[in-house]
Amino acid sequence: MIKVLFFAQLREVLDCASLELDTNVSSVGELRIALMQKGRDWQEFLAADKALAALNQTLVADDARLKSGDEVAFFPPVTGG
Amino acid sequence: MFTVAKLQEQDHIAVQNQDFDLALEYQALTEANQSDGAVVHFVGLVRNNNLGRQIQALELEHYPAMTTKALTELVAEARQRWQLGRIRLIHRVGKLSLGEQIVFVGVTSTHRGSAFAACEFLMDQLKTRAPFWKKEYTSEGAHWVAARDSDRVKAGEW
Repeated sequence: MIKVLFFAQLREVLDCASLELDTNVSSVGELRIALMQKGRDWQEFLAADKALAALNQTLVADDARLKSGDEVAFFPPVTGG
Repeated sequence: MFTVAKLQEQDHIAVQNQDFDLALEYQALTEANQSDGAVVHFVGLVRNNNLGRQIQALELEHYPAMTTKALTELVAEARQRWQLGRIRLIHRVGKLSLGEQIVFVGVTSTHRGSAFAACEFLMDQLKTRAPFWKKEYTSEGAHWVAARDSDRVKAGEW
């Protein structure tokens, strides 16, 4: 089971703050591609050039490996400060 | 394996709704601290314009489980680069009105060079690595602020 979180504009356009996925995807990139199949907005806004990914609260590249119990968050480039 | 960055006793990180008091922050940086001769701090404010739009308010969202971790890592990186005394970092979240304080970065060191550099480093890195997002409220409605390439370039220069 992988817990997936969405923040900011991504949470709003997908109308989804979090979901749990029972999946055998093995990397953040595979998870991204699996989620992009969920619809047109998912396809557009989860694209690698639009959404950053964090694995267990640390920014990672798409080749980061996943295991059951991980928390993955997708979000737009950050704009704090 | 990741090593988990730890906060030193003389450092302070906070993510909060409420405002912060600059006088108290200065006091916390300098009180009983006679070894440091330099204090540099930065305060970010809500301004009334962005890219030609009139702004009425801002709303700050964050990823609570990640925010403190990301800020702690930035502080640890600053300490690896420079000899620093105390570091204080505060970021506000929630709805903020024009002129309100958003962010505070305060650094002390023996001499000014390290304090200036570390303060700017922390702000530049925070802007591209800490999970905060701004939503702008204007007379035409609300929208999420887009990340700036210039911020990414500046953070990459360190």
